[in-house]
Amino acid sequence: MSRRSILIVDDSELNRALLSDMLESDYDIIEAENGKEAIRILHERELEISLMLLDIVMPEMNGFEVLEVMNQKDWIKSIPVIMISAETSSTSIDRAYDLGAVDYISRPFDERTVKHRVNSNFMLSLRQAEMTELLSSQIYQKEKDNSLMIEILSHIVEFRNGESGLHVINVNTITKMLLEALVKKTDKYPLTNQDIRTIVTASALHDIGKISVPSEILNKPGRFTPEEFAIMKQHTVEGSNMLDALPFHKDDPLVKISYEICRWHHERYDGRGYPDGLVGENIPISAQVVAMADVYDALTAERCYKPKIEPDKAVQMIMNGECGQFNPILTECLLEILPRLKTELKALSLESNTEAKLQETVKQILKSDSNGVSDRSITLLEKERQKFQYLSDISLEITFDYTLVPEIMVLSDFGAKRLELPVRIADPSKSVAWNKIFKPEDFARFKDLLRHTNPANSVVIDKFKFNIGGEEKWGKVIAKAMWSDAEPPQLEGAIGKIIDVDDEVKAMADFERRANHDAKTGLFNYNVAKKHIDMELAMNDGTKYVLAMFDLDNFKQANDVYGHLFGDEILMAIADRLRKNMRSTDIASRMGGDEFIFFMEYSGNYEPQIKRIFKNLTQPYKEFNVGVSMGIVTSDRYNGNYDDLFAMADEAMYIVKKNGKNSYHVYGSDENK
Amino acid sequence: MTVKECYEAFGGNYDEVISRLRTDERVAKFLKRVLDDGSYQLLIDSIATNNVDEAFRAAHTLKGVCGNLSITQFGESSSALCEYLRENRVIDGKVMSMLEPVKADYELTINSIKQLDC
Repeated sequence: MSRRSILIVDDSELNRALLSDMLESDYDIIEAENGKEAIRILHERELEISLMLLDIVMPEMNGFEVLEVMNQKDWIKSIPVIMISAETSSTSIDRAYDLGAVDYISRPFDERTVKHRVNSNFMLSLRQAEMTELLSSQIYQKEKDNSLMIEILSHIVEFRNGESGLHVINVNTITKMLLEALVKKTDKYPLTNQDIRTIVTASALHDIGKISVPSEILNKPGRFTPEEFAIMKQHTVEGSNMLDALPFHKDDPLVKISYEICRWHHERYDGRGYPDGLVGENIPISAQVVAMADVYDALTAERCYKPKIEPDKAVQMIMNGECGQFNPILTECLLEILPRLKTELKALSLESNTEAKLQETVKQILKSDSNGVSDRSITLLEKERQKFQYLSDISLEITFDYTLVPEIMVLSDFGAKRLELPVRIADPSKSVAWNKIFKPEDFARFKDLLRHTNPANSVVIDKFKFNIGGEEKWGKVIAKAMWSDAEPPQLEGAIGKIIDVDDEVKAMADFERRANHDAKTGLFNYNVAKKHIDMELAMNDGTKYVLAMFDLDNFKQANDVYGHLFGDEILMAIADRLRKNMRSTDIASRMGGDEFIFFMEYSGNYEPQIKRIFKNLTQPYKEFNVGVSMGIVTSDRYNGNYDDLFAMADEAMYIVKKNGKNSYHVYGSDENK
Repeated sequence: MTVKECYEAFGGNYDEVISRLRTDERVAKFLKRVLDDGSYQLLIDSIATNNVDEAFRAAHTLKGVCGNLSITQFGESSSALCEYLRENRVIDGKVMSMLEPVKADYELTINSIKQLDC
């Protein structure tokens, strides 16, 4: 425990010395010889003082008056006061207690009593401070979760072509309403408020596995072929695998719940869902609820393959089991919330939902949850929250207070230490030390962002690269622009913090790499590969390329005879062989099933390269004789449309198949014959 | 003179003070500070200048100090004066007569402390 300061207020120097003598081995002592001096010290050093010993009869300002001022300034809530007067009449004791004193030590002072009372009151206030800190860290954690979530989601939305982002938001809202209805109805599922918050947040991730489904299938207007449907179904497994492979937050309840939801949100209560065919309560409740939310929103939304269905009709269909069997309790819940669903989903927009969620979060956390936080701590929190210093102390963050005229940047003690800068930087735009850490163009952009806020909408959040301790690191800046009350309002400066998100950004980059690659073979996803190839071709800089596509002959038999695991092994081996024969600038991808493409640069004659690759690919793998049918087209034939080029390769491949497989054919090579 | 002998000399309660403050050294240290304490002089001066509030506070401080150091006899006389001042808020003949034992006890206490060994 760190030493803290105790303020002793007594007009008798001898008394102060006596108390100080008893306490100075455990605490730092500050002395005041009358009430006025005590108030002055409190003004200057409020945060240092953790306890106060107060006499009543004093010149200038007596002890009662000190207590009154402490009430006005709200100090009485954060600094425990122990009375030490010789006044032992019950009226003065009562009056002191009424004014907020916590304890009374009568004279003459007994060393054991003094130490004991001071220690126990000190411990009590320390515990309160810890609880406040706990509360703040919960809110902070939530903020962190949310921003992480939003980053992952916004990333994934880029990969989703079909549905709007509204589906995620709707599923979120429906999940929340269902869960709330569920816990009111039954105590069969022991869900705490925290659990509900986690499931609701995690619901946003239910379909992340779809990024591994080719967009041609994802956005196909008509019915799926059985094969396409099989690929589509894989999104549940792919999603859970992605979460399993997450490089960060792995043991977080959020990630665990997300795993359940991703994998099992297509399971059905009667065991007829996929991928694992779980039955009844073997399906985690999180996945059950999200499954229903997903189905309801899918029915009521317009999709490329279907018009939208009215809410009443949709619920009817779900109850009839037309979308598979659900838990009967959940069906009842859905029916109950239907009237509210109709109105609330309509009113939703991205912004309002985030805002509502934030407010809800704070409300939920402040409502005494499982940790029984007292009102007093909450009041304390409210008070402390306004205090910049305090926040930076507990979260060890770089906080700043920036003034425009004159231009001054004031950093928190921790921030100054971390950035190896003085606390106060005059004229930061021109300061060499500051520019070294925050590049001038970035700082100018930050100031520009501030200028574009307004009093009603004054928060700026953005990422910048900082140079901290000689290392480039990503930092997220969250700042509130401070506008004057004048008309029109003037920008006065900003307060905010810089959060180190370097690990997160790097983890996201890794995550992006995973998202860009086929989980099975580690090659590019086809849509990513296609994008790259399209770009290279469109540059049209005279570089020559070949585009080749191939599939494995008799792959089906390999699967049938040796099993799917062996089939997967072959696919991985083929990918490996491809990789070994590619240069870093070449592109290889698995399109799905056993179909691959590759795209590579050549100069002069491409034939030897192709021959070598073909020979390599067709070596036997274990007991399986690998045969490959490969169609090839050169970029000479490129007419500005990738799909046309692709069709030519496809046609060439077809010719190989027609002529007995296990060979390659170059598109158009028979034209001259 | 030991601390214990000193307490016997000025009519204090040695057993009580040692039970609260634990060591002879500490008791002696604070007894010596009584020599420098201005409260007694403030009391005398305030009565001379007819300042009742100041006189009350000075007497009150003396009462407290004596209490803390178990200087019983001096504590009793200054406490009596303090309570009279609190009740009556006036400096009259009674105050003057009550001041006599305070003066005598103060002298006795001071002289005993001055004879301490350490």
